[in-house]
Amino acid sequence: MRQLPAVFKRELGSYFATPLAYVFIVIFLVLSGVFTFYLGGFFESNQASLTPFFNFHPWLYLFLVPALAMRLWAEERKSGTIELLMTLPIGRFEVVAGKFLAAWVFAGLALLLTFPMVLTVNYLGEPDNGAIATGYLGSWLLAGAYLAIGSCMSALAKNQVIAFILAVGLCFLFIVSGFPLVLDAFSAWAPQWLLDAVASLSFLVRFDAISKGVVDLRDLLYFLSLIAAWLAATVVVVDLKKAD
Amino acid sequence: MIEIQNLTKRFVQHTAVDGLSFRVRRGEVLGFLGPNGAGKSTTMKMLTGFLAPSSGTASILGFDILRQTRKAQRQIGYLPEGAPCYGDMSVRGFLGFIAEVRGYRGAEKRRRIDAAVARLELEKVLGQTIETLSKGFKRRVGLAQAILHEPPVLILDEPTDGLDPNQKHQVRELIRSLSQDRIIIISTHILEEVSAVCSRAVVIAAGRLVADGTPLELESRSRYHQAVTLVGSEVLDQVALEALPGVAGVERNALEGSLTVLARPGEVIFPQVNALIHQRGWQVRELDVERGRLDEVFRTLTRGDAA
Repeated sequence: MRQLPAVFKRELGSYFATPLAYVFIVIFLVLSGVFTFYLGGFFESNQASLTPFFNFHPWLYLFLVPALAMRLWAEERKSGTIELLMTLPIGRFEVVAGKFLAAWVFAGLALLLTFPMVLTVNYLGEPDNGAIATGYLGSWLLAGAYLAIGSCMSALAKNQVIAFILAVGLCFLFIVSGFPLVLDAFSAWAPQWLLDAVASLSFLVRFDAISKGVVDLRDLLYFLSLIAAWLAATVVVVDLKKAD
Repeated sequence: MIEIQNLTKRFVQHTAVDGLSFRVRRGEVLGFLGPNGAGKSTTMKMLTGFLAPSSGTASILGFDILRQTRKAQRQIGYLPEGAPCYGDMSVRGFLGFIAEVRGYRGAEKRRRIDAAVARLELEKVLGQTIETLSKGFKRRVGLAQAILHEPPVLILDEPTDGLDPNQKHQVRELIRSLSQDRIIIISTHILEEVSAVCSRAVVIAAGRLVADGTPLELESRSRYHQAVTLVGSEVLDQVALEALPGVAGVERNALEGSLTVLARPGEVIFPQVNALIHQRGWQVRELDVERGRLDEVFRTLTRGDAA
């Protein structure tokens, strides 16, 4: 694991070497503001809480996070640098994890820059700052799950646009898997345990719980194991697809 | 030593490398030749651990590329085809990244980078992002990255492809200066390069080995080996030349107005030709004994190769 920091540092640096980082952060901040104040009815709700802010994150991330993840591997393959990277004496998992962590930390950074929301709500009232903290934790875990899926899709498709669309599609499925939209497709024929299993995969249910201040170890494990599983899949896909 | 045993790579549509076996010893500069699509790059990708062979294996200084991939990769400096680099990084940042992945820190890291930078004369562009560099500089960055850890084995995939003659010369000088006590494998389809830097040439076609020898040995396989080309001020008697002992035939090159007298295999015909010139009192403006034409040998060896 000695080389993971080198990969991490290079990857994180590359976000800031291009306008990508700044564009992403600005768009993220503007959109999260718009969602919170206009669509979320932050003021109208008359409550000192950031629930209107966090409620929209699964949908905001649906498009922004795959955009962040799509270049992770697709770009390496397109430019041929993957051949350079994979012939250095470094483990596959270290590369996959290093790249993922860089993207995840970057997403966390963008999230931290929403701190004026916290200041605002603390200025206007007396919110439950514990719930706000868990809200941030949940939001970051959610972004991680999206990123892990996006990383795998990026390894799968050489074309960044295809990687983006695949990731959006898959993330959407994970969001709505607790909804009738998906469950109805199963309810006619599937046994109850499968129905429960599919419903329990939903990002929304778990994210809602965490962002309301209920940190259940199972929900944390859910997100972390989901991330681990998708990263493991990324390792396999990178190995299969690297030379295409 | 690099030992390649029965190395094979099959893709869905075709077999890129087909049962390739050879050895490369320390101190050798091996020119790896073949037409485009012959399997040169695929072989190099397997040697460097990027692609897994379908069957067969190879070992780099005793480390098996399949079972001891990391250890084998530590011995190798590799320049992939087209010298891919991270375009958005500065030269300094990029070499720093490679040094860190190779496990160097602190003073050791700086020393390694400085040495590679000095060797490739990259001082002036250290702060520039790689994508703003000229092709020649990009190639030099790729080479700097490959020699950073002073590897005992260098594998360079078309190191001079697309460079101008001056840059080609520089890269060849570098390869020559590195060649002592190392194993260097260079793939190329530029034949002059083989005579210029290689101590041995391996020719492959359609994934199979078709020739293996020193550049001189390959040249001697040419039908132009020991041929004599002459340009006369007057029309020369072609029939008299054809009648000389050891002569296989005479070719007329209308464009240059020259005659090429071909030797039978193993024969030296220059003395006879020279004697005839004196005897007839021909005015000859140019007289040239050929060592052989590599491009002609190359074509003969790889003919019928679809690619």
